Amino acid sequence: MSSQPQTIDIGEYKFGFHYPDRSVYKAEKGLSEAVVNAISDHKNEPDWMREFRLRSLQAFLSKEMPNWGADLSDIDFDEFYYYAKPSDRQTRTWDDVPDEIKRTFDRIGIPEAERKFLAGVGAQYDSEMVYHNIQESVAKQGVLFSDPETAVREHPELVKQYFGTVIPPDDNKFAALNSAVWSGGSFVYVPKGVSVEVPLQAYFRINSENFGQFERTLIIADEDSFVHYIEGCTAPIYSTDSLHSAVVEIIALPGSRVRYTTIQNWSSDIYNLVTKRAVAHRNATVEWVDGNIGSKRTMKYPSIWLMGEGAHGEVLSIAFAGSGQEQDTGGKAVHAASDTSSVITSKSISKGGGIASYRGQIKVEPDLENVKSHVVCDALLIDEESTSNTYPYMDIQSDDVSMEHEARVSKISEEQLFYLMSRGMDEDEAALMIVNGFLDPLVKQLPMEYAVELNRLIELEMEGSVG
Amino acid sequence: MEITIKDLRVNVEDTPILNGVNLEMKSGEVHALMGPNGSGKSTLSNVMLGHPAYEVTGGEIIVDGENILDMEVHERARLGLFLAFQYPVEISGVTVGRFLKRACEIRFGDKQPKTKQFIKNLREMMDYMEIDQQFVNRYLNEGFSGGEKKRMEILQLLMLQPEFAILDETDSGLDIDALKVVARGVNRMRGEQFGALVITHYQRILEHIKPDFVHIMYRGRIVTSGGHDLVEELEAKGYQRIRTEYGIEEEVHEQPAANN
Repeated sequence: MSSQPQTIDIGEYKFGFHYPDRSVYKAEKGLSEAVVNAISDHKNEPDWMREFRLRSLQAFLSKEMPNWGADLSDIDFDEFYYYAKPSDRQTRTWDDVPDEIKRTFDRIGIPEAERKFLAGVGAQYDSEMVYHNIQESVAKQGVLFSDPETAVREHPELVKQYFGTVIPPDDNKFAALNSAVWSGGSFVYVPKGVSVEVPLQAYFRINSENFGQFERTLIIADEDSFVHYIEGCTAPIYSTDSLHSAVVEIIALPGSRVRYTTIQNWSSDIYNLVTKRAVAHRNATVEWVDGNIGSKRTMKYPSIWLMGEGAHGEVLSIAFAGSGQEQDTGGKAVHAASDTSSVITSKSISKGGGIASYRGQIKVEPDLENVKSHVVCDALLIDEESTSNTYPYMDIQSDDVSMEHEARVSKISEEQLFYLMSRGMDEDEAALMIVNGFLDPLVKQLPMEYAVELNRLIELEMEGSVG
Repeated sequence: MEITIKDLRVNVEDTPILNGVNLEMKSGEVHALMGPNGSGKSTLSNVMLGHPAYEVTGGEIIVDGENILDMEVHERARLGLFLAFQYPVEISGVTVGRFLKRACEIRFGDKQPKTKQFIKNLREMMDYMEIDQQFVNRYLNEGFSGGEKKRMEILQLLMLQPEFAILDETDSGLDIDALKVVARGVNRMRGEQFGALVITHYQRILEHIKPDFVHIMYRGRIVTSGGHDLVEELEAKGYQRIRTEYGIEEEVHEQPAANN
């Protein structure tokens, strides 16, 4: 352990360390057809996937940048590296992972978490999954959990059937970018009637500077199955920006339930521009739990298309915008069938000049019956300099719709601080208690280990924030 | 604990509210502070704990020989001062149990009992205050009735065992049954190690918490002090007679509106 770089003191970003770039292959800087072909070459892909990439590149080049949301004007697409292969192989034991990469994940605590409470783990370092393993008992039930490259090789029929169907490449500029240069991520298939009782987790780590990470995740829950998938992410602190642009597609087949939890703790120089979307078929349930603590700019609105009767969708969004951060997050539910329901709950905290915006949409297609939607947005401002925005969009084309929307902005009040301090808590602790209380209804939804982690991250963010 | 308040002068938004308050209190004593609305009683309680909205323009509050006016709110609390609020605030998402456990950890440090014992004590005190056990998992004061909030304040008093407590109109809005429960809680604390300043508009609570000393406040000053007989006198004659009897007619003439 003594060979590790010095850990940064509490109060600063704990995962800002990095090791030297020892990529075994790195594509040239910038984006071109040659880079896309090089990625495809390295993966020995079939032609259909190479063509998918090249088509997507054209879509990326022809699409405009979004003219709404967070400020992205400083992004220079020529300044990023789009592919870096950290090692020659992917392993199923941590001992076989290259030393510095293993030490990175040790410091983040992934092998320990795997031992304690996970059914399977994938760990991605820059562009590739360096470690992937699934508990034997889960694998025996027919659950597939791998990187998408493996799935392209071993289960091309499933990949061809679903890949890019929920989020087509021309959906938006960043989905197109991901579709062109995607690398790593997760592929999950849960067979009919199988319930994966403990979560699967993927962890995404950026190590290189000026880097773009474009993982791609595809989750297929077959009829009446259940799976909980968790992702976490961190990166070193550099003086220049990096880009993380993922695409996550979920297909929840009839009667299935999928829960997808994110604890995003990128360093303060990461643009985090992610497209996440699920389709929920008849009587299926999809739940997105989306915690955004880190990054410089985040734009992410997990969405659910409710395609069959009885489908239910939930989005729980937690955002913390500190100094220099802009969290533009929210959720979207599209009701395309009768007897469907959705709940979007957003809690944001802004501090030290940070900007937290809720952006959400509820859409109800024509001629539907018994559609219910409930949206709650709560914002907490820690100080005068910080900002909270709410942008709710609604497009309701049926009559038999019960739609509720609540939005509240509150400030930590002097009376609350005085009350808690009169019971002996200093001002920082009192403010933290109020913030944790504000988040409590959402944090309770997380598995215990992640609730603890989120509370710890909020504590670090809140240190010295008042008084 | 010995508290000496010397010539205390306090402004709220540049308006003088306290105009030279003098008061000596210590553990083992229960003081009652009475006076009409707007006389400055609640201001005194808030200033003693250090509420930031009040500006002290003169005087001292000395606790065991040390002027506490430069101390922060939590430092005063850690000396063993306690304020039972007239209007306890709601803290959403923070359960009664979690809040009280943390407050007791701060108060008792190493001497804080283990969690199991703490919960046992808490449940016992909740029964004593006739608070439903379910309240352990309720968010602090959120959705509580007026009476439940006041009982919660006294539950905190019992759990935190302060050396000196200020009860700011704890009787207001309570029916007679709730008042008796609240008084029982305070009386349980009485003894050599505990003192209290009971602030009230009415004499009713003082039938249940018998004060050793009674002070009457009017227009930011303590105009007279005495024993329990002062309460009876006040009840018989009302504040108007008190004002005239203690030689403050002029001020009454100046401000006839304050005639309750």
